[in-house]
Formats: sequence, structure tokens, C-alpha cells
Amino acid sequence: MKTVVIGVIGADVHAVGNKIIDYVLSNNGYDVVNIGVLSTQEDFINAAIETDAEAILVSSLYGHGEMDCKFMKEKCEEAGIGHVKLYVGGNIVVGKQDFAEVERRFMEMGFDRVYGPGQKIEDALEDLREDIGN
Amino acid sequence: MKPYLLVDFGSTYTKLTAVDLDDEYIIGTAKAPTTVDTNVLEGYDRAFKHLMDDHPGITEIAGVSACSSAAGGLKMAAIGLVEELTVEAAKRACLGAGAIVDAVYTHHMTKREARELKEKNIDIILLAGGTDGGNQECIVHNAKRLRDIEVNVPIIVAGNKDAYDEIEEIFEDTNLEYYFVANVMPKLKKLNVNEAKNQIRKIFIDQIIDAKGISKAAEKIGDIIMPTPEAVLKAAELLSKGYEEDEGYGELIVIDIGGATTDVHTIGEGFPKRTEVILKGLEEPFAKRTVEGDLGMRYSARALLSLVSNYEFKKYFEEDDTCNHDIEKSLNRRSQEIDFIPKTKDEEEFDKAIAKICCDVSVSRHVGHVEVVHTPLGDMYYQTGKDLTGIQYVIGTGGVLINHKDAKRILNQVNKKSNKALELRPTNPSILIDRSYILAAMGLLSQKYPKLALKLMKQYLM
Ligand code: B12
Repeated sequence: MKTVVIGVIGADVHAVGNKIIDYVLSNNGYDVVNIGVLSTQEDFINAAIETDAEAILVSSLYGHGEMDCKFMKEKCEEAGIGHVKLYVGGNIVVGKQDFAEVERRFMEMGFDRVYGPGQKIEDALEDLREDIGN
Repeated sequence: MKPYLLVDFGSTYTKLTAVDLDDEYIIGTAKAPTTVDTNVLEGYDRAFKHLMDDHPGITEIAGVSACSSAAGGLKMAAIGLVEELTVEAAKRACLGAGAIVDAVYTHHMTKREARELKEKNIDIILLAGGTDGGNQECIVHNAKRLRDIEVNVPIIVAGNKDAYDEIEEIFEDTNLEYYFVANVMPKLKKLNVNEAKNQIRKIFIDQIIDAKGISKAAEKIGDIIMPTPEAVLKAAELLSKGYEEDEGYGELIVIDIGGATTDVHTIGEGFPKRTEVILKGLEEPFAKRTVEGDLGMRYSARALLSLVSNYEFKKYFEEDDTCNHDIEKSLNRRSQEIDFIPKTKDEEEFDKAIAKICCDVSVSRHVGHVEVVHTPLGDMYYQTGKDLTGIQYVIGTGGVLINHKDAKRILNQVNKKSNKALELRPTNPSILIDRSYILAAMGLLSQKYPKLALKLMKQYLM
């Protein structure tokens, strides 16, 4: 079974989506390590190292995702898990912004997949299967 | 009188405590210098003679239990993957079993680290790394390193169980002695140290005792059932929780200031007391022990020089202390003459200052800390470690504390301090002293007679 780490980054307490993601991924054959809300970049990274996860799915709902996700890729590389896929989704920026532009900024920050508002975890399942298998 | 005898083979003294099981009191205690270099039984026999001389009514011994921290105690190496996770879990297993953690390795061990480990005087290695189903590659790498340098002490494997087949193949057909137990962190942040602790104790009883020349004692008086610090932890746990209908004292701290180390034991959940505080890090053990190898009254006294500046040191002298202390000289002297006993007022006051520092710094390291995180939504508080602000009792034990007339004053150092505002230290606990030095003995006694051990502790700690 492939392991994925999920959690909500930064000072964000939106817990409902996180539970749904846990449920959906677990039911689709993934070993889900859920570090919950209010997680730091280090929490995600340490969890991925110990559990040998192949993808990290970062949620950010409260609008400050960009700030919270800065340098996360660099830290992964530093910690020896640069190969682990990095996804981000939720309401990752403040208000309504041009998604293509937002996606580009997060890609530049080193994220492999970026999901905008309204995109569900089911959308990401396909990508996950493609990226790390099942 | 047919007392039950509790024996503690300590690093300096062999201590005996005789308990009357029928009339439920402590008949007496006796001690004599520990004699590991020649034959431990000499020290034991001497202490026993003192006991008999003082209490001629003793006709026969009803039973004996013993613990030991002689010949350097139990020294362990903890190996894991991430420092805050499996490495920390491995360390906690060692400490909880009464060991001193003398070497710690994280991630992939280098050949150099492996050689260094072999040269150290370690008794047991605890090899962890990875959650169950998680990372296997690191623990397998480290297992190979241990095989390559042919370590000659037992290895307890307590990591990702998925890697056990491969590790077994690595260790098979070698001279290595190894044991597989449950992962110390089977799931992320989930602490699971009991199997590892039991295995440590088993090896301690079966072999370490032997290797340290204490087995002669075991032949005569029966098994040495645990390392002394574990006995103290057991006593503290019993005193806190109570037994059956006899209530315990609730959350408490035991501080043991010795010549070489300062041990801090806390019993309590330590969860955040305020709702806006978020708990971080690995799960905390209910009964937690930490050991500070650089905080001690004698052997480690010199280490204080690099730990606290002269300016800071002076703050630990009493306000009415008019002696003119030469800090460096006094510390050096104590670390050289490890059996130094203060005679003058000067020397006594200086010892008191050292004890206060040991107490203060060891508590700083043991208690949980709150960290303020500035977020887009304002300040938030993260807690790592235990919140001990609500601790009701602090109990002092160990040479300096039990003999010092100002012991309570020394222990006042555990309290909340304005310059350490982010440390979750006790606010105003009652302070008790283990004047008769019975904590370890009561931990031993509790294995068979918990009710009595609890009663005696309540009576004798004051
Ligand atoms: C309930 C709620 C709250 C509750 C949260 C309770 C809790 N503990 O969960 C409370 C009242 C605490 C709250 C507080 C705040 N909230 Co609010 N909240 C909501 C609300 C109404 C619903 C969120 C929810 O549960 N949705 C249901 C779940 C199932 O959906 P979801 O969270 O979006 O998750 C799904 C998808 O996003 C996606 N997904 C999520 N992560 C990822 C990751 C990947 C990789 C992928 C593929 C998919 C994916 O899959 C999930 C499952 O389907 C939304 C508005 C809305 N309708 O979305 C605002 C909303 C999220 N909140 C908002 C704001 C601003 C706040 C506050 C800052 C308000 C304030 N000023 O105090 C605070 C922040 C508090 C904090 N520290 O986090 C804004 C965010 C705006 C932005 N991003 O630009 C929203 C969008 C409201 C709005 N339209 O303004 N909130």
C-alpha cells in the first residue's frame, strides 16, 4: 500500500475537508497518515520521512496558503525527500484570483500539482494514481 | 522480627531498607560503600551487619528484592530516524527503563559513527526507525552498520516491523545478539515503549548485572530485578496513582540530584491547560524520566562552568550569603574529589548553589515549553512536552537533598520563573523530602506489596 501524508498547513483550523480527504483516500487503497490541522512544514516532512510516504497533500483553506507553503520544497530537498510528490489544494490564496496564475506561482515554488477552489479530492485521485500508483 | 529486605546497589553506597510486613513500618535502613571492584557482597554484608547491630530483634529475613545502579548503571545507545520522532521514542524507552542514554544517532549512521559507538562503553543498543509500514531503508542501513562493526553488546530492534525479515537476515549467522520487539513508534507520534522496556529489563537482569560483577550478589540474595532509576519511577507512579481504594497524591515530580547526574521523573498527562494552546510533537509518557548527564554535585560539577556564566551562577547564592566564593576553583575541586563533603559554611553554601542550578536547569529541560507563533490570524501557542503547571507535589531525593537542611529551598527552584515565562513549570507545589532515602526501596517493594509501599511513602516522605 502506498502511503500519503495529509494535513492542513499553518494556523488554519478548517477541519472538515481534511476528514473527507482522509476518508476518500483511505477508501481508495491508500495508507493515509493524517497529521491534522495546524501543521507546520516540518510536521509534514518528518511524517513523510518516518512513514516513507510517496506524496504529501497540503490543504490550505483560510487564504494564507502561499505564505505557509513558501520554501516547503526546498525543505523537503534538504531533508532528503525531494522525490516525494507535493500537492496543494483548498482555497489556497485570498479571494478570487486567476487560477492559472496561482497555479504557476505554486508550481514555481516546487509543487507538483495545484488544485483550485471547488476542486475536489476525487479530482486528485486520478493524478495520484498516475504519479505514485496505487 | 522477620523483615522484608530491599537492597539498592548504588554507585557509591549499598543501601538496605528493612520493612516489617506485619506491623507495616520501616524497621530501619543501613548502608555501606559499594564494592564492585572486589566483590559486591562485601559491601552488602557490611551494610547487613550494620542493620543487624542496630536492630538485634531481626531473626530471619522474609524475602529480598534488589535493584542496582552500580558500576555506572545501565548505559544505552538510542538509534532512530527523525530526531523528534523515532529517535525521541527510542530515547524515552531507554530512560523509562532506567538507563542512561549515552549515545544517540539519527538518520543513516556513518561508518565513523558506528566505530565511535563501538568504542563507547555501552551496555545495550536500541535500534528504532520508521513507523510500521513506513521507512525501512534507514533501519536496514543502520542494522548493516552494526553488523559490519560487529558490536559486542545486545541489540534490541524496535522499529518498523516490515523491515524485521531483512534485518534478521543481516544479523543471522553472525555473533550478534539481537532481539525483536514491537516498534517504539508504530504509528506517527504514537509512543509504544513497553515491549522495548521489558526487553531492556530482561537483558539487564540476565546479563548486565553479570558483566558488572554484581551477579555474585544475585546468587546470594536473589535476582536484581531492575535498575535503580526504574525503581524510583515505579515508586513515583504508585504514589501518584494510588492503589485500589487508597488514593494517590496526583500529578507529581521527583527530583534526584546525584553526584554525576540529575534525574527528573514526572507522573501526569501534562496536556495543555488552556484551549488556545495546541499540543505538538511525540506523545508524552504518563510516567516520564529525563536524565541530565551534565548536572551533578561532584563528578559533573565542572560541566556547570560551561553551562552557566559566573554572573548567572552568583544569582543562585542566597541573598544573605556573605562568603567570597571562588566559583571555578570550587567546581573543579568537587569534580576531582568526588567524595568531597562540605565542612565549612562556605562549602555548604556553595553546594546549595550547585544543587539549585541542577534543580533549575533539569526542570527547564524536562518541562514542556510554549512557543508563540505569529500567524496571519494573530498569535497562537504551541506546546511541546508536558504542561506541569498544575503539579501538586515535588519530591526531592538523592544525597544532597535528603541531607540538606535547606532542601526545600533548593527545590523551590522548580517553580515558575519570570525569566522563563514560556516554560510550563509548577506554580506552587507542596515540597516533600525523601529523608529516609526509601524511594527506590519502595519501588521495589511495590512489585509485591503495592499497598504497603504506598502507605509507607505517605508516612515517610515529609
Ligand atoms: C466552516 C468554515 C469555518 C469554520 C471552520 C470550522 C472547522 N474547524 O472546520 C470556522 C468558523 C472556524 C472558520 C474560520 C475561519 N474562516 Co472559514 N469557512 C468555513 C466554510 C463556511 C466551510 C469550510 C468547510 O468545512 N467546507 C466543507 C469542506 C468539505 O470543503 P473544503 O474545506 O473546501 O475542502 C474540500 C476542498 O477544498 C478540497 N481540498 C481541500 N484541501 C485540498 C488539498 C488537495 C491537495 C486537494 C486535491 C483538494 C483539497 O477537498 C476538500 C474535500 O472535498 C468556508 C466557506 C466554504 N463554503 O467553503 C469558509 C472559508 C474557508 N473560511 C474563510 C475564512 C476567511 C475564515 C477565517 C479567516 C475568518 C476570520 N476572519 O476569522 C477563519 C480562519 C480560522 C482559522 N484559523 O483557520 C474563507 C477563506 C477565504 C479565502 N481562502 O480566501 C472561506 C472560503 C469563506 C469565504 N468565502 O470567505 N471557517
